[in-house]
Amino acid sequence: MENQPILQVHDLHKYFPISRGVWGTLACQPRRWVRAVDGVSFTVQRGEILALVGESGSGKTTVGMNVLGLQRPTRGHILFGGYDVTEWAQGHGPSLETGGGDPSTGSGLCLAALSRRRRVMLLRERAQMIFQDPYESLNPRQIVFDVVAEPMEIHRLTHSREEKRERVRAALETCGLAPADHFWGRFPAGLSGGQRQRVVIAGALVLEPELLVADEPVSMLDVSIRAEILNLLHVLRRERGITILYTTHDLATAGFFTDRMAVMYLGRIVELGPTAEVLKEPRHPYTRALISVIPVPNPRRRRKRMILQGEIPDAIDVPPGCRFHPRCPDAVPECRETDPQLRAIAGSHEVACILA
Amino acid sequence: MAILDVRNLSVDYLTDDGTALCAVEEVSFRLEEGRSLGIVGESGCGKTTVMMALLRLLPEEGRIVNGQVIFGGRDLLHCSEAEMRKIRWCEISMVFQGAMNALNPVRTVESQIVESLRLHITQDIRVARERTGELLELVGIPAQRGRQYPHQFSGGMRQRAVIAMALACAPSILIADEPTTALDVMIQAQILELLERLQAELALSLIMVTHDLGMVAETCDDVLVMYGGMVAEYANSDAIFNDPQHPYTQRLMEAFPDVEEPGSTLASIPGNPPRLDELPPGCRFEPRCECQWREAFCAQKMPPLVELEPDHCVACHWASRIG
Amino acid sequence: MNALKQFIRKPMGVVGAVMLLVVVVVAVCAPWLAPYDPQERVQVTPDDILAPPDAEHLLGRDDAGKDVLSQLIYGARVSLIVGFTASFMSMFIGTTVGLVAGYYGGRVGNTLMRLVDFLMVIPDLPLMLVIIAVMGRGLLNIILVIGLLGWTYTARLVRSQVLSIKERQFVLRAQAIGAGGGRIILRHILPQVLPLIIAQAVLDISVSILAESSLAFLGLGDPTLISWGMMLNFAFERAISRQAWWFLLPPGFAIVLISLALVLIGNTLDEIVNPRLRTHHLFDPRRMVALVTGTPPQSEAKVAAKAR
Repeated sequence: MENQPILQVHDLHKYFPISRGVWGTLACQPRRWVRAVDGVSFTVQRGEILALVGESGSGKTTVGMNVLGLQRPTRGHILFGGYDVTEWAQGHGPSLETGGGDPSTGSGLCLAALSRRRRVMLLRERAQMIFQDPYESLNPRQIVFDVVAEPMEIHRLTHSREEKRERVRAALETCGLAPADHFWGRFPAGLSGGQRQRVVIAGALVLEPELLVADEPVSMLDVSIRAEILNLLHVLRRERGITILYTTHDLATAGFFTDRMAVMYLGRIVELGPTAEVLKEPRHPYTRALISVIPVPNPRRRRKRMILQGEIPDAIDVPPGCRFHPRCPDAVPECRETDPQLRAIAGSHEVACILA
Repeated sequence: MAILDVRNLSVDYLTDDGTALCAVEEVSFRLEEGRSLGIVGESGCGKTTVMMALLRLLPEEGRIVNGQVIFGGRDLLHCSEAEMRKIRWCEISMVFQGAMNALNPVRTVESQIVESLRLHITQDIRVARERTGELLELVGIPAQRGRQYPHQFSGGMRQRAVIAMALACAPSILIADEPTTALDVMIQAQILELLERLQAELALSLIMVTHDLGMVAETCDDVLVMYGGMVAEYANSDAIFNDPQHPYTQRLMEAFPDVEEPGSTLASIPGNPPRLDELPPGCRFEPRCECQWREAFCAQKMPPLVELEPDHCVACHWASRIG
Repeated sequence: MNALKQFIRKPMGVVGAVMLLVVVVVAVCAPWLAPYDPQERVQVTPDDILAPPDAEHLLGRDDAGKDVLSQLIYGARVSLIVGFTASFMSMFIGTTVGLVAGYYGGRVGNTLMRLVDFLMVIPDLPLMLVIIAVMGRGLLNIILVIGLLGWTYTARLVRSQVLSIKERQFVLRAQAIGAGGGRIILRHILPQVLPLIIAQAVLDISVSILAESSLAFLGLGDPTLISWGMMLNFAFERAISRQAWWFLLPPGFAIVLISLALVLIGNTLDEIVNPRLRTHHLFDPRRMVALVTGTPPQSEAKVAAKAR
C-alpha cells in the first residue's frame, strides 16, 4: 500500500449549469454550461506537495473542492487511498437523500455496508481543507477553542473533556498559537489574519488528516506573514507526512515550497512537472508568459515581459482546439484544430502543447 | 525638479471617545516631475491616509495636525476648499482603491466619464463625448464599448476605465492606490504596462501606493517605505532593493518570494504591525526588529529621518550611525 | 454586550423601552394599581352608567357602571400575554420553516415557500374571523390563530437571510469538517440570523397586539377577559352616542402607546442589527478608524483576493 499514490484524479470534469430562465426553457434553448474543470487528471504521492497554479477561471479551486467531495464531479473519478470517492460527494447545500447502496471500488474495507453519511465522515477525517479568506472562514461567534474542538465533536474522537483540551492545545501550539490558553477563549475578530489562518489549520489538523487541500491560504495575508504560514505547511509535511495540494495564483510562492507544479488554464492542466524544472524551463507558452510577468523584487533584473493581450475567455465558450491558442504568441494554424493532451516531455515533466 | 513636496505631514484620527490616535507622523517625501514614486507598506501603515490628506479628502475623524504639501508654489493644506476642488482631478488625480468595483452600475461607462468632464472642463456634451472616446482609446478600450455597463466589462477593463476617468482632465500627477490588487497576474502586467506608457505619453508624474514590492520594483523610480505611520526608508528604487538600510526594509526584501530562485528560504517578520492606540515612544518597528545591534535606546527614542547619502533617507538609529 | 451599548445611545429606542416597561409594570402590578376589581359585581344606579370622570373614578365608568381605569389596567395583561405568546409562536414556526427552506432548498424548500405564499395571499383578518367563529372564542384560540397565521413574513425573511449566509465560507468549512445539516443550521447559521429575528419579533409583538385588539373589537375576543379591544368594542357600540369620551379614548390610546413603544424598540434593534458593512464608499471612515486601532478588518491583501 505504501507505493500507492494517496490521490488519483481521473479525467475530472465539473460543469455548472447556467440558468436559461423561464423563456429559455420554454423555447427549448440548448443548455449552456460553465466548464470550470474540463478534463483534469493527475496523481499525488503520499507526502508530496503539489501546487495547482492558475489565474481566475482556471478551475484550481474547483478541483480542490471536488477532490474533497464538497462538490460532485460531473464526470470522472476521484480515488483517495485507493477508494473511489466520487460518489460520496455531496452537492453544494446538501440534498436530503440518505444514501447507502453505492458500490465502492475499494479493496479491503467493505464500504458498501456503510451508509453514505458514514462514508463521507470517513473521508472528512482523512482529507481536510484550508480556505482562502481567513476573515470569512471562521464563524464569528465561535471562540477559538470551539472552532478547533468542533471537528472532534462531530467525529466523536474524544471521550473526556481533558482529552479534548489536550488535543486542542496540541493543535493550536503546533500551529504556532502558544500558549494555547492565551488564544482559545478569543473570538476570531480579536485575531489577525495570520492568526486566524493558523486557527483554521489547527482545526483541520485535529482530525489528523492525510491530505490537506490549501486553497490560496496566503493570498489574503500581508507579505511579511505569508512565509510563516507556508513554513508551517512545510513543517507539517516534514513531521507528519501530510500530503498537501496547494492552490495559488502566485507562482513565486509555489516555487518556494512545493515539489511539483501543475499550471492550469481554463479548466485544464497545461503543464505539470517538478516545480524547479517547470519554473526554470517552462515548456508551455502560457507558463512562460506567466513566469515572465511575475515581478521580481530587484529593479536591476527587469526582464522582458511577455504580456499576453486580452483576457482569459469565459469558461462557457471555450475556444476550439487548443483553448489557449487565441492568446498564444506561438500559435500555428493547427492549434485551432487539435486539442492537445498532457504528454511527457522529459521524465515526469508533461506539457499539453503540440509545439513543445 | 520636485512637482510635489510633502514635508512633515502628520495626521491624527479622533476616536469616538475623543482621544487622538496618531495615524501618520512626520512623513516627508518629494515627487520628482516625470518620475514615479512607490509608497510601500503593510495594511494600516498609513499610506492611503497620506494620499487622502494631501488631497484633503480625509473623513470627518481625520485631522491634519502638521505639515506642508507644496504643489505649484502653494501649500495645499492651506488652500480653500474651492481652490482644492479645482486642483483635485484637474491637476492631481487619483485612482482609489477598489474604484473598479465602485463604478455606478446603472450608468454606462461613457456617461460616467462624460459627467466627470462636464463638471470640470466643458459643458458641451459633444466635446465631452469626443474626449471620452479619446480617453478610452488611450487606455486601450475600444471607444464603442463605452456604451456598455460596468458589469459587462471584465476586471481589467473596469480598471482601465477608472484610469481613463482619472485622466479626463489631463492632470500632472496621478495617484494610484493599489491599482492592480484585485486583478490576475497577467492583467496586472497589462495595467502596469499601461501606466508606464501613459506616464511617458502624457508626461505624468505617478505615485503608486501598494503593498506589492514586486510591482514597485518593476515600475517605480523612487520608493518610500512606511511602517506604523512613519517613514522607515526613502530612496531610489535601486538603493531600496539592493542596499536597504532599515531593518524593516531588509526583512521585507527577504519575505518576498523570487520566482527566479525557487526553493530559497522565505523570511517572515514575527509579530504584528503596531496598534495605533498603543504606539511605543521610540522606534515603532523595534518590537519586531531582530537586528543584532538593537539596543534599549531604540525603544525609547524615536529615530529621526536621516539622509545617509543623497536621496537615501533612513529612520533607524543603527543605520544612521553605521552609514 | 455591544448591542446593548448601541441601543442605549439611540434616544428613540430608549423612549420605546421605557414606555414598554411602564406598560409591563402596570400589567404585572394590576391587582395593586387598579382601584377596583373589574370582575366584581357592582350595584349601579342609572347615574353610574357611563358616568364621567370624578374623584373616585379617574376615567369615569363604562356602560355597565364599572370603573374604566381598572379595566384599562387589567386590559394590559391580555394585550401583553397575547402579544408575546403569539409572537413567540409565530417566530418559532417562521424561523424553523425559514431555516429548513433556506438551507436545504430543493423540493422541500420550494414546497415550504409555496405554502408560505399561499398563506400570505389569504387576507389575515377574514381568515382569523372564520377560524375563531368556528373554534369558539377563548384566549387560547386567539393566541393560536394569531400565532399560526403570523409566521409567514418571518419565514420569508429568515429564508432569504439563510440563502446568503449559507454561501459564506465558514459554512463551507463546517461542511468540510463533516458537520451535518442540523449542526450547521443550529450552530452556524442560526446565530447569524438571531439578531434579525429578535428585531423582527419585537415588531411582531406589536402586530399581534393589534390583531388581538382587532378581533376583540369585532366581538371575537374572549368574553371572560377584559382587553382593550373589547373595551373599544363596547365603547363603539354604546359610548359614542353619549359622547362618553372617557370610555372610548383610553383603550385606543393605550393600544397606540404600546404599538408605538414596540415599533420604536424594534426599529432601533433593526438599525443596530442590519448589516451595514456593505458600503460603496471608496474610503469608508469606519474602516479607517478600524485600521487606525490596528485591527484591520479589510487589509489590502483581502481586497486583493476578493475578486479571485
